[in-house]
Amino acid sequence: MSLMKITKSRILGIVILATFVFPLAASAQQGESHIGKYTGHVGTGRQLYFRYCWGCHGFRGDGNGENGPYLNILPRNFVAATYKCRSTPTGTLPTDQDLVDSLVRGLNNSNMPSWITLTDQNRADLVAFIKTFSPRWKTDKPGDIINVPAEPALTVDSIKHGKELFTKLECWKCHGAEGRGDGPSASTLTDSNDQPIRPYNFAAGSRFKCGTSNHDLYKIFMTGLDGTPMPSFADVIKPEDAWDLVHYLRTLQVTHKSPELALWMSTKEGAEIVNAQRITGTPTGSGIKQ
Amino acid sequence: MSLCGQRAVKKRVSGVASCMLFGFLLLVFQFADSPPASGLPIPSIKVNALPAFARKYGMPCSSCHEAWPKLSPFGQAFKDNGYQMGNDRDAPIFQQPAYWPVTFRMTTFWHRESQNRTQVDDPANPPLGQMEGKITTHGFDWSGLDFHTAGTLAKNYSFYVLPASDNTASFHFEAVWARVDNILGSSWLNIKLGKFELDNLLSEKRILTLTNVAGTYANYHFQPLVSPGNLAGPGAVGEGLYTFGLGDNQVGLEWMGHSKDDRTRVSAAVLSSKDGQPGPVTGRGYNGFFAASRAFQLGRLGLQRIGAFAYIGQAPTFFQFTQTITTPVGTDANGVAVSSTATNPVGGTGIGNKGFYRDGLIGMWYFNKLDVTTMFFHGWDSAFLGSNTPANQLLPTGARAPTWNGGLFETHYNLNPQLILINRYELIRMSRQVFATNPENFGNEDVLTFGLRYYPFISSRAGFAYHSEYAILRQRGASPINGLNLTTSSLLLGFDFAF
Repeated sequence: MSLMKITKSRILGIVILATFVFPLAASAQQGESHIGKYTGHVGTGRQLYFRYCWGCHGFRGDGNGENGPYLNILPRNFVAATYKCRSTPTGTLPTDQDLVDSLVRGLNNSNMPSWITLTDQNRADLVAFIKTFSPRWKTDKPGDIINVPAEPALTVDSIKHGKELFTKLECWKCHGAEGRGDGPSASTLTDSNDQPIRPYNFAAGSRFKCGTSNHDLYKIFMTGLDGTPMPSFADVIKPEDAWDLVHYLRTLQVTHKSPELALWMSTKEGAEIVNAQRITGTPTGSGIKQ
Repeated sequence: MSLCGQRAVKKRVSGVASCMLFGFLLLVFQFADSPPASGLPIPSIKVNALPAFARKYGMPCSSCHEAWPKLSPFGQAFKDNGYQMGNDRDAPIFQQPAYWPVTFRMTTFWHRESQNRTQVDDPANPPLGQMEGKITTHGFDWSGLDFHTAGTLAKNYSFYVLPASDNTASFHFEAVWARVDNILGSSWLNIKLGKFELDNLLSEKRILTLTNVAGTYANYHFQPLVSPGNLAGPGAVGEGLYTFGLGDNQVGLEWMGHSKDDRTRVSAAVLSSKDGQPGPVTGRGYNGFFAASRAFQLGRLGLQRIGAFAYIGQAPTFFQFTQTITTPVGTDANGVAVSSTATNPVGGTGIGNKGFYRDGLIGMWYFNKLDVTTMFFHGWDSAFLGSNTPANQLLPTGARAPTWNGGLFETHYNLNPQLILINRYELIRMSRQVFATNPENFGNEDVLTFGLRYYPFISSRAGFAYHSEYAILRQRGASPINGLNLTTSSLLLGFDFAF
């Protein structure tokens, strides 16, 4: 009887240690994340990761989850620590906030959904755990957040100048002359996993891979999308030119109402271009507008 | 016990689960002391978890389910979005052409059922003598089969069709609906038409327990008993026309709206008053169901959710028309044709509607791995419905509108995505009997349930769970002849699987 009591108490002790003490000890040894008032902890993040994320991103965070082979944009490889959506210069690590933003937003046109339903604390915990997969987080610091100057006033000249830049910078080679992602180089592009990747189709909608606003669009081509052929243009164009390009790119979203499109349509040249780009047909149910 | 203890020391969580399963098995053989009998009651399992979605999106069950079929907040948002992740890859056009969104679910099990006072023939007084006897039976069995097919027809057009059978493969449609989602681009505008589960915060279709006693929520299906010795409650054959269960799928039109993060949810539905049955069954009345809930973050404890619901209905009390049908059944010994006649009510002509309502409050409280669901429930039936009296007749002397209150307290300890411990206590207390002469506690119910589900693997292809559960129900004064307390218990151990 006493032997049984000892066994019971041992079991109880192990259960208590396993439930409360070991995770705390582990989290103390690893890093944390800091997003606003929330501090993310590795221990909780690990539990969340192995509930929600491992199916695609894999046990080791290398993007080789059991579903990896079936996805035509492979899941993010956290070991490589190369991230598309950042507010930091190309080649640098993103901030914790950048990673949380990706969790909240999801990545459009990929299998990565929005995790907006998780709590802020859950997302902070997940970020803390994701950072344990790569040694880069121990040796490097996130890059400095790029400066995004205030958006200048929208004018027809700004759009026209953006249109010139679109040609001059050879954006059309990948994105196509009408921004449909069908430029002459489009079919040859691959990402860092050597997987074919299609350039963004502006005509298909209003959401970008890394956001929806003009501010997001500015960041995309000033930071580049690391791991994809989309480079950073930070060293190529001035900030005011970048804003002109933003204004023009908005007009390529011919089915999405925006101030840029409205202004562009008010000009004879713009109206002719946009009307020519708008194609109507039988809806396929894909949600992609032509 | 010592074997159990050694296992727990040597193995990890799965060892603990196996140990608990082993404990339940011991319990089984302890209970299995009665002779087997025919006619085992079969648990009616109608619950939702769709590996077809896991296969479509490549996500593990644990993404959408805290423990399948119970939804996680992420899974609830996915459902509320019309089975869409919202990353512009939800439409079928983006899937492999061979993908077919079908899931089946079934359970094989051993179970033991017991009732202490069942109406049986009295062998000392044949042929019509009746007595109460305790029946205990056990054996191996299987559940009905659910064929879930659901998903998107196009972006913002979703559907759900669920042919379900009992364990003899007799099928019916448990759910059939189509939904237009995010109308005008707003998550607050979603319209569903068909037969569907009411949008209640506590979903009976995602219940974690499977036994006859606890496979449904007692509160959701309670209807007051009339009086001792007249125990065929409302809805029974030959009694009233009124049968209703808040947990039953209903037929109608639902508007549902939710915030982008799904923390605020509201819905309203107009429903045919026929408890989800196909065709013109009883009358032409319409009912309404309203629900709202709000989730909020409570520090590191996680997301808490509170909600309220109300079902306001009416039900016919008699049929306006009947129809006598004569059916030839053969010839007698003299060669004369023999026929039978039957007088049946004409479906859909039920009139004399009388009202009823159910309402309640639900809270879902999360304390990291422990979560607690609480519910307060209130019900009211018109005196006509409560006493099974047609509205064109006088109420029996002393008949009153019955009212009752109920409560639910359910805890889950979700040790990890693979293991969940379940405990539930439900109680129902009559606050006003149909007849004042009834004992105050007549028909009161208490249901206590313990369960464990262990998922040996979590994948994005299929699901499997070891299921162990014991539930006991006590109904005051409900024994069929003597009006004594009726106790029913159910023990189930099985394999619950879905693909």
